[in-house]
Amino acid sequence: MEMPIPAPAVLARKDRVVARLQAVLPSDAVIQDPAETRAYECDALTAYRCPPMVAVLPASTQEVSEILRICHEEGVPVVPRGSGTSLAGGALPTADCVILGVARMNDVLDTDYDNRTIKVQTGRTNLSVTGAVEENGFFYAPDPSSQLACAIAGNIAMNSGGAHCLKYGVTTNNLMGVTMVMMDGEIVELGGAHMDAAGLDLLGLICGSEGQLGVVTEATLRILPKPEGARPVLMGFDSAEIAGACVADIIKAGVLPVAIEFMDKMLIEVCEDFAKADYPMCEALLIVEVEGSEAEINDQLALITEIARRHNPVALRESASADESARIWAGRKAAFSAIGRISDYMCLDGTIPVSELPYVLRRIGEMSEQYGLRVGNVFHAGDGNMHPLICYDANKPGDLEICEEFGAEVLKLCVEVGGCLTGEHGVGIEKRDLMTHQYAPADLEAQMAVKDVFDPQWLLNPAKVFPLAVSETRRALDVAAE
Amino acid sequence: MRPDTEAALADIVKSAKGPLAIQGGGTRGLSPQGDVLSVAGLSGITLYEPGALTMVAQAGTPISEIEAALAAENQRLAFEPMDHRAVLGTQGDPTLGGVISANVSGPRRIQGGSARDYALGVRFVDGTGTAVKNGGRVMKNVTGYDLVKLMCGAFGTLGVLTEVSLKVLPSPETQGTLMLRGLDDVAGVRAMSAAMGSPYEITGAAHCAKIMEGGSVTALRIEGFETSVAYRMDQLKDLLKGFNVDMNVADATMSDWIWKSVRDATLLADVPEDIWRVSCKPSDAPALMARSGAVGWYFDWAGGLIWVRMPAGGDLRAALGAFDGHATLVRASEATRAVVPTFHPEAPGVAKISAGLRARFDPRGILNPGLMGPVAREIA
Repeated sequence: MEMPIPAPAVLARKDRVVARLQAVLPSDAVIQDPAETRAYECDALTAYRCPPMVAVLPASTQEVSEILRICHEEGVPVVPRGSGTSLAGGALPTADCVILGVARMNDVLDTDYDNRTIKVQTGRTNLSVTGAVEENGFFYAPDPSSQLACAIAGNIAMNSGGAHCLKYGVTTNNLMGVTMVMMDGEIVELGGAHMDAAGLDLLGLICGSEGQLGVVTEATLRILPKPEGARPVLMGFDSAEIAGACVADIIKAGVLPVAIEFMDKMLIEVCEDFAKADYPMCEALLIVEVEGSEAEINDQLALITEIARRHNPVALRESASADESARIWAGRKAAFSAIGRISDYMCLDGTIPVSELPYVLRRIGEMSEQYGLRVGNVFHAGDGNMHPLICYDANKPGDLEICEEFGAEVLKLCVEVGGCLTGEHGVGIEKRDLMTHQYAPADLEAQMAVKDVFDPQWLLNPAKVFPLAVSETRRALDVAAE
Repeated sequence: MRPDTEAALADIVKSAKGPLAIQGGGTRGLSPQGDVLSVAGLSGITLYEPGALTMVAQAGTPISEIEAALAAENQRLAFEPMDHRAVLGTQGDPTLGGVISANVSGPRRIQGGSARDYALGVRFVDGTGTAVKNGGRVMKNVTGYDLVKLMCGAFGTLGVLTEVSLKVLPSPETQGTLMLRGLDDVAGVRAMSAAMGSPYEITGAAHCAKIMEGGSVTALRIEGFETSVAYRMDQLKDLLKGFNVDMNVADATMSDWIWKSVRDATLLADVPEDIWRVSCKPSDAPALMARSGAVGWYFDWAGGLIWVRMPAGGDLRAALGAFDGHATLVRASEATRAVVPTFHPEAPGVAKISAGLRARFDPRGILNPGLMGPVAREIA
């Protein structure tokens, strides 16, 4: 993955930039020693690394504003960072950048149960937002797999989803307001505790903009009352086609489960070895979870299992206890760790129309033969978000490149059948160069025009989202200005 | 002008010499200056996959056609778009493009989200006549910037919608509404808040004290399977018994009528005053109304949306002062509209961003000019 050449003029200004940052921040909040900046050299896309020129750890919106004002005046690129859990390289630095980490900003500013909102600083982790309200019977709905570690800042930047978004939506559907600092240091407020923000939907625009439009320092989030209970049913089928038809029938019957998860045979085996979840060995496994009171859960599961029986399942296991529920989920939740134990892997994130599932899985199987790399599939089947996990050997020269090529072909296939490159991880650097497969030049131009308005010099996270060749003239603006 | 294709529409925009008034069904009472450009010719559902909960339709497709197609598969538009015809006295057929452009939602917004939460993809023609697509037809999509949200609620000022993809949802088996009688505004909002904070998934919470004959009513809707609705209704009654007022349950037919009335503000159809719509923090609603100088009002969205009857020519924004939210002028005389802007003025930092976006998407300032803020002019 190519990254822009660091601007020599910016590198030459390092001492002055550091001095100016030190003048407005506590001494331990400015990190410039190369031994220490290495801690920020990558995010969860660990195949790519580059230590930043400087890392800063502000503790308030005001400090973020000072940092951005200085970087704006000095023409230094800024890469915002939440917890560094991006799988797409969203927080990958360049050698001439300032990494702006929000980890010190993790306070709860306000909880308001009457209006069902919480206001937090965005360095707070996803799970600890729920942690702040669960004693009172509430939770924050978006639940990315990395929720123990990932920050709300990153969730907003990537518009993160999770397994339960079929019912509760993704970040953008649960974000009510933000305090955001513009690249020139100006602080703006969008939305708030009221339900529909005024004017243009700038809140919707910045959610998922990958830290390219502004740095969000505070967020007002919607919290929801916890359901009375939840319980899954596990079902196994002879083929992905049958599993897909079963999902469509469940949805058409008017039941809206909170989650419908799919796993293929390769992953069933791997997860079974790892988590001993007692999964049936079959071609396709579904975990369907519903919520409500005990009686409501029973009613919904009765309807779902009746539909499943019409599709001749090879296994059908309704959870009868909390223990059994945990076991049904254990394998699925351990999927990434389980596969990580046997191989290096790349996790894809394309989304497809649910009806295309059998065709896409068949094509991925064929490509797996062709590229000589194993692949397992987990899939949020209710909303079409796939996570093919391609296995490769990081120590074998050339294997990563083959894996990336395979991955790119899978993502192009997703677009071809009417889907998209990424459902919840974001573009970052990982899918940047595939954007031209999903969008025509005019479509990309419209998106870049938005960045022009928010960040005319293209200093915020500039090397992400758009193919470098496409954004080159814009990124060159700043260098040209020197 | 009423083009039948996106290409023809793009040609019209490209060759326009002056302002264009973008129109869907013409039912929302916004009449910006300029030559009328009707999108109604771009009509028809192009894709509907009930098993995938997705529909794609051209922007001029009547909402009635979309709702009929969905009803045949026992599905619906979960954001419950309001029909403005009764309250504005307009004619015509509301269209999908109009609903999305104006981000029109209804009572279920409080639980299920608004129109923008169900818009998956758009095609539009910007102010230079360039056709652009964004998003797609899948439910999860973070590929590039979300211009779908930007177009949703932009009232045509950034581009003319030509096609929209939607997430749709199953219709519930039945519904019921719990009615509490005699609560004042403060208690009504407290009751709605208690219900919304319960796990019973309230899909409508409205309160009217000062608008109907015969005292106040607080209404709470539950939807779902028959047994589930019955169970939740009992639980809800138990939860709210401390309010010590009469409670009764409206059956599915009555419930349906109640929420259509709440959605369409039909209670306000025949009143002589101006009509405003306030979006606020739910618990602020009673105090806001106490200082509003309004003739009457009712709360939807558990207090988060207030429909207000304001003496003709009165400036509700001036009466309310600064608050967490905003006020929109929905119905007033031409004379009032000339001096009171339709939309709440934006803070300077936000106004600058909005103006910047208009300048980029509509550099000649020809799409519904002035509707959402100062007109952008091409910088020579």
